[in-house]
Amino acid sequence: MSEIFGIPIQAFMGQLMLGLVNGSFYAMLSLGLAVIFGMLNIINFAHGALYMVGAFMAWLGLTYLDIGYWQALLLAPLCVGVFGVLIERTMLQWLYKLDHLYGLLLTFGLALVLEGLFINIFGVSGQPYSIPDELSGAFNLGFMFLPKYRAWVIVSSLGVCFATWYVIEKTQLGAYLRAATENPKLTQAFGINVPLMVMLTYGFGAALAGFAGVLAAPAIQVSPLMGSNLIIVVFAVVVIGGMGSILGSILTGIGLGVIEGLTKVFWPEASATVVFIIMAIVLMIRPAGLFGRET
Amino acid sequence: MSRSAIGYIALLAFGLAAPFFIYPVLVMKVLCFALFACAFNLLLGYTGLLSFGHAVFLGTAGYVTGHALKVWELPTLVGLLAGAGAAAVLGWVIGSLAIRRQGIYFAMVTLALAQMMFFFFLQASFTGGEDGLQGIPRGTLFGIDLADDMNLYYLVLAIFAASFWLIQRVIHSPFGQILKAIRENEPRAISLGYDVAKYKLLAFVLSAGLAGLAGATKALVFKFATLSDAHWHTSGEVVLMTLLGGMGTVFGPLVGASVIVTLQNELADKVGSLVTVIMGAIFVVCVLAFRRGIVGESLALYRRMIGQKP
Amino acid sequence: MKEKILVGLTAMALATLGTQGAFAQAAKAKTGKLSGDMVKIGVMNDMAGVYADIGGPGSVEAAKMAVADFGGKMFGKPIEVVFADHQNKPDVGASKAREWFDVQGVDMITDVPTSSVAIAIAKVANEKKRVYMNTGAATKALTNEECSPYTVHYAYDTYALANGTGKAIVQTGGKTWFFITADYAFGHALEADTAAVVKASGGEVKGAVRHPLSASDFSSFLLQAQASKAQIIGLANAGGDTINSVKAANEFGLTKNQTLAGLLMFISDVHSLGLKTAQGMMLTDAWYWDTNDETRKFGRRFFAKMKRMPSFDQAAVYSATLTYLKAVQEAGTDDADAVMKVLKKTKINDVFAKGGYVRADGRMVHDMYLMQVKKPEDSKYPWDYYQLKKVIPAEEAFQPLALSTCPMLKKK
Repeated sequence: MSEIFGIPIQAFMGQLMLGLVNGSFYAMLSLGLAVIFGMLNIINFAHGALYMVGAFMAWLGLTYLDIGYWQALLLAPLCVGVFGVLIERTMLQWLYKLDHLYGLLLTFGLALVLEGLFINIFGVSGQPYSIPDELSGAFNLGFMFLPKYRAWVIVSSLGVCFATWYVIEKTQLGAYLRAATENPKLTQAFGINVPLMVMLTYGFGAALAGFAGVLAAPAIQVSPLMGSNLIIVVFAVVVIGGMGSILGSILTGIGLGVIEGLTKVFWPEASATVVFIIMAIVLMIRPAGLFGRET
Repeated sequence: MSRSAIGYIALLAFGLAAPFFIYPVLVMKVLCFALFACAFNLLLGYTGLLSFGHAVFLGTAGYVTGHALKVWELPTLVGLLAGAGAAAVLGWVIGSLAIRRQGIYFAMVTLALAQMMFFFFLQASFTGGEDGLQGIPRGTLFGIDLADDMNLYYLVLAIFAASFWLIQRVIHSPFGQILKAIRENEPRAISLGYDVAKYKLLAFVLSAGLAGLAGATKALVFKFATLSDAHWHTSGEVVLMTLLGGMGTVFGPLVGASVIVTLQNELADKVGSLVTVIMGAIFVVCVLAFRRGIVGESLALYRRMIGQKP
Repeated sequence: MKEKILVGLTAMALATLGTQGAFAQAAKAKTGKLSGDMVKIGVMNDMAGVYADIGGPGSVEAAKMAVADFGGKMFGKPIEVVFADHQNKPDVGASKAREWFDVQGVDMITDVPTSSVAIAIAKVANEKKRVYMNTGAATKALTNEECSPYTVHYAYDTYALANGTGKAIVQTGGKTWFFITADYAFGHALEADTAAVVKASGGEVKGAVRHPLSASDFSSFLLQAQASKAQIIGLANAGGDTINSVKAANEFGLTKNQTLAGLLMFISDVHSLGLKTAQGMMLTDAWYWDTNDETRKFGRRFFAKMKRMPSFDQAAVYSATLTYLKAVQEAGTDDADAVMKVLKKTKINDVFAKGGYVRADGRMVHDMYLMQVKKPEDSKYPWDYYQLKKVIPAEEAFQPLALSTCPMLKKK
C-alpha cells in the first residue's frame, strides 16, 4: 500500500474526506451566521441550537410521522425557518436599536433554553438516525473507501452554499437585501419593505442551519449537544474569514475543515485546537480576517 | 454614618454570621462566584468589554493552584497567589489578541481563545483531563487547619472582602474614570489623547487576575479543579450573574451570583436538566425587559419613588 | 416424685433462661443506634447521559427492591433511598456526595459509574468516614492506589474484564490489537489492563486512539483503527460510546476485515444494537438474568417495573444494598467503621453472587462469566442474548491480593 508523507494513503484520503465533510458543515453554518450578521448585525448564538433542532425534526419526523429523509430535507428547514421568523418577530426586533451585545446575549439565552429542553426530553446521548437506503454503502475507490452518504453531504452543502451566494450577490432579491442592510432608511424610502426583508433574512439563515442539521443526522448522532459542540468552532471560522463576504465564509469554512482533517492525520492531538490557533495567527497578522473589510 | 457604610457593615455582619445557619460550603461557593462576577463586571459594566470566555481564568487558576498545593506542596497562600498570577498572565496574552477587534468580534475572539485553552486542558496530563485534579489539600494558614469548613469560610470571606474593596478603589480612581469614559464613548476618549488599548488591556488583566483568585479559592473549597470550570457554559453563567444582578453596579454581581448559585443548588435535584432552560429563560427575559438587572432596576425604582429622575 | 418436680422445675428454669437469652439476642438485633434515626442510602449515577441505561433510574429501583426485601425498616426506624445525577462529571458528583454526607445524613453511597466520579467520591467518603459500595465503575484503582477503608468495589473491574475477554480473544487467534479508548480514568485503565494481558499472551498492540467521553462522531477514530491493520479493534469504552463505535464501524465497512471486541458491554448495549449487529461479540459479564431460576425471578420482577431486564450493575446495586442493610443490622449501628468491619467478614450469597466475599483491599470477589452474543436465529425469547462460554472462578477473575498496590495493605 503506497504511502504519502509517511502515512498510508488510505488513512490520508479518509481523513481528507472527513475534513471536507466537516468543512461543508462549517461553510453552511458560517454562511448562515454571515448572512444574519451581515443583514441584522446580530451574532446568532442560537445558530447551533437551530442546527440541532433541524436534526431533531428529521428524527421526530421519521420516528413518529413516517416522514422519510428526502421529505425531511425540505420540511425540516422550512419548520426551522418559520421558527426563526417567530424568534425574530417576538424577540430580536426590539434589540436592533441597542448595543449589538444584547443580540448575542439573547440568542445565547435562546440556545440554552432550546438545548436544555431537548436534553430534558431526550437525554444527552444520541438518537440513532439511519442513512437512507439510496445513500448507504460506499464507493470502493481503491485508495480509499468513500461512504456514499458522506459524498452526498459534500455535494449538497456546496450546492446550497453556492446557490445562496448566487441569490445574494447576483439576483434582484439579493440586491434588495444588501441595500436594506447598508442603508435601511433609504431603502425603505424607495418603497421596499425593510422589516419584511429583515424577517426573511433571519428565517433564511435559520433554515440554512436546519438544513445542515438534517444533513448531519445520519452521519453523527442526533443529540441535543451537537450544536454547542460545533458553534464555537464556527465562530472561530467566522473571525478568520471575516464577515465581509459570503464567498469568504464558504471558502474559509471548507478550507478550515480540510486543514482540521489533515491535522488529524499528522498531529492528532492538535486537531481540536488547530482552528483556534489559526484564528490567533490571523488576528495578529490581519485583524479584519482573510476576506474581511475593516469597519 | 453614610448610607453606604451602613450597607457595608450590615453585609459584613451577615457574612460573618452566615455559616452558622447556612451550609458553609454553599456560602463559600456563592462568595467565589460573586468574586468571579465582580471581576467580570469590572470589564463589562465599567469598561464595556464583553468577554465571553472568562471561565478560562477561573479554570486556569484552579488547575495551577491545585497543582501547586498538591504536587509542589507549596503553602496555601502561595498556591492561591500562583493561581491568580497565572490567570493574570493568561489574561495579558488573551487580552492582547482580543483587543485587536471591537465589540462583538472581541467577544467571539475571547470565546474562541478560551475554547482553545479548554481543549489544551483536556489533553494536558497535569489537569487530569476528564478525571480532573482531585484531592487538593487545603493546608493550613498561620497554624489554623483549613480542612475545617468553618475555618476556611472566614479565609474565603476575607479574600472576597479584600478583593471587593480593591475593585471599589479601582472604580473610583482616575483609572476607573477613564475606563468609564472608554465605555461611554471610545472615539472621544481616543481623541482626548488616551492610549485606549493600553487601558483596556490593563482592565482585562486585572479582571482576569481577580477571576483567577476566585477560581483558586474555589479549588481550595471543593478540593478539586475540573474541566467544568473552564467550560464555556461557566463563561455564560458569569455573564448571566452580572446581567441579572445589574451591570455596572457595585452590588449587582454579588446579588446575581447569590441568586444563580442558590437557584442552581435548589433546583438541581428537583428539575434536573431544566436548570439550563431556566437559566436561558432568565437570560432572555433580562435582555428583553430587565436590562438594568435586579440592583439597577431597584435603584431606578427607588429614585422614582423619592422623586428623582431615574 | 420430688426429683421429678425438681427436674421439671430445673428444666423449666433452664428453658426460661434459654429463651430469655434467645430473646435478648433477638432484642439486640432489633435495636441499635442509627445516626439521624434512620438509614439513608444514596444512589448516584448518570441519569440521562451515555450510561443512563446501565444504571440510571433502574439502579434506584433495584435499591428500593432491596430495601423492601429487607423488611423496609431498620430497628423500627425508616430506611430511605435518595438519588442524584452526577452527569458523568467528577465535580458534580463530589459536591453532591459532600452535601449528602454533611447536610442530608446519607449513610451509604452506591452505584456511581464513570470511574473519574467514582474516584472523586471515594475520596469524599474517606474524608467523611461513610460507607461507599461502588458497583458501577470499572477502574481497579478503587482497590489499588485509590483504596480506602470505606470503599467496597462490588461488581467488577478492568482487571476482570481484561482477564476474561482479552485472554479469551487472544487464545482464539486475535493477536494484533488496536484500541479505541474513552479518554478518562476508565478507558485508560481498561486499555492498560487489556494491553498487558495481550502482551503477556504473546500478542501485539499496534496502537491506540483516545476519544472524548460521549463523542458523537467516531468516523475519524475508526479510520485510524482501519489504517493500523490490526486484527482486533478493542473498544475500551462503554455504554453509548460502545454502541456508536460499533454502528460506525459497520458503516465504514470495518467489520469486513477486522473484528470488534467490546471490552465492557452491558445487556442494555446489546439490546440497543440488536443481535444482528452484535452477534458473535465476546464479553465478560458479572451477572446475567437468565442464569438460574433465582436470577430469572429477580429479572422478571425488575422487568415488571422498568420494562427492561436488569444489567449486572443494577443487580449489583440490589445486592450491595441488601448486604449493607444486613451488615448494619448485625453491627447494631450505621457507624461506618463498625459496618465495614462486618462487611469484610461477610459471605455474600444472594441472587447476584454465591460465595462472594470482601477482601482487605475492599474488592468484592465473586465468579465472573465469559459470554458470547447469540445469533438472531438462536434467540428464543426477548432478552435471550447470551450464551455462556465459561465461568471464571472468583480467585482467577480478579487481581490477586498480593499484587494490589493499595497503601492500606502496606501498613501490616
